[in-house]
Amino acid sequence: MASIVSYGSYIPRFRVEGGEISRVWGRDLRVGVMTKAIPGPDEDTITMATESARNCLRSVDLDLGKVRALYIGSESHPYAVKPSGTVVAEALGITPDLYMADLEFACKAGSTAIIICSSQVDSGLIEYGLAIGADKAQSSTVDELEFATGSGAASFLIGKKGIVDIESMKSYTTDTPDFWRRDVQKYPSHGGRFTGEPAYFRHVTECAELLMSTMGTEAKDFKYAVFHQPNLKFPSSVGKKLGFKEEQLRPGLLVPEIGNAYAASSLLGLTAALDASEPGDRVLLVSYGSGAGSDAFQLYVNDEIVKFREVKNSRGIRNTSSYIEEKEVLDYSIYAKYSGRYRI
Amino acid sequence: MVGPSRIWREAPSRYRFLGNRCTVCEEVYFPPRQICPKCRRASIGRMEPIQLSGNGEVVTYTVVYDPAVGHELLTPYILAIVKLDEGPRVTSQIVGAGLSEIMIGSRVKTVLRKLREEKGGGEDGGSGDGSGVITYGYKFVLDGQS
Ligand SMILES: [Zn+2]
Repeated sequence: MASIVSYGSYIPRFRVEGGEISRVWGRDLRVGVMTKAIPGPDEDTITMATESARNCLRSVDLDLGKVRALYIGSESHPYAVKPSGTVVAEALGITPDLYMADLEFACKAGSTAIIICSSQVDSGLIEYGLAIGADKAQSSTVDELEFATGSGAASFLIGKKGIVDIESMKSYTTDTPDFWRRDVQKYPSHGGRFTGEPAYFRHVTECAELLMSTMGTEAKDFKYAVFHQPNLKFPSSVGKKLGFKEEQLRPGLLVPEIGNAYAASSLLGLTAALDASEPGDRVLLVSYGSGAGSDAFQLYVNDEIVKFREVKNSRGIRNTSSYIEEKEVLDYSIYAKYSGRYRI
Repeated sequence: MVGPSRIWREAPSRYRFLGNRCTVCEEVYFPPRQICPKCRRASIGRMEPIQLSGNGEVVTYTVVYDPAVGHELLTPYILAIVKLDEGPRVTSQIVGAGLSEIMIGSRVKTVLRKLREEKGGGEDGGSGDGSGVITYGYKFVLDGQS
């Protein structure tokens, strides 16, 4: 199967603390998110996707003409009609000989982009493809979501031979209306408690078990596991239920620092887990998208990651932890201004 | 109002710093020029596209408190003249940096940002009606910030 040749991340520098949100509304609906990442007013899915993809492509020496596919998964494409990917592709300089489409499947559209790229690589249609998950996560005010939603982007360059081999992938899909946003609506709606058991837990668990039983692997065969992170509780409990220990989850669990970055949530978690990985490690990735479905991947980190990391560091390309550490905490009023909550 | 056709024509230079170079005198231009103003007729047909690094240095800067329409959410913001490593100078915003962090001579690098939205801006309903085309282009951040 195909392989991850390079990856790059981007997290905007602004943060707002959960305590600050609860101070303003007089209610504490925190879900394990200490700070959430806020983009500047001039940032959106397109700009964040571009920055993560630039970090990804600059980490390898590659003739850009060989990148023949680009798929961006997001819940916050800036246009309802007009793709995000065209701008990103032009900014990267990979047009026009290119397969491209924007994807939408709530928070799992980015991992589905990886499935499409690896399938196109495996079929021989393309040599390299770029899969991106990016989101400027929306939430209405005075809602549990406002305490949880973050922002960011993660890009993966997929090719035949790389640094992290995709040993297996699986998808699990049903019609489950746990979370949605109708056309023209600014903020999503959700089914409250219904988002848990029949939605997130069922799809993540079933998809992971399906993958592991096919491959004959168990929790102990993986160094790290990364799950979609809508809050702190869901990925922690699902990991435990599947037999993973806390230390297997910790490196890829970013939700306390940046919140739920929707389509970038589990993918940013994966970049952090890969940053911590050594050759020979296996990593499990399971995304979740409301509506609902999960994608699961069994990944094998090969020897090439050592050289990749050296090159990336020597070029001064930032890794995920650097983005998490460098931050500027905003008060609620500036956060509200940056999020466009004021009418001017 | 900037029409979609101009936005489209200028996209390669504004999105990824595609400049050009006069092969007679080696001068680099950004944005790209039809002919070299130094060599004039001699440069016709001898201008070559060149991919600029997007890295440079702050020559001078000012803090804008009275914003152009559509920039209300960013105010106050830093407007700087940046000398690119390849030679050309550009005027652009520097984002991310706090006002105290920037200095003349600071190393900067390019990032892609939203420059404006037709009919005002504010995609979430901030200051515009959210119906116009969004223009993207380069801004700068302090080196090491992106
Ligand atoms: Zn000349």
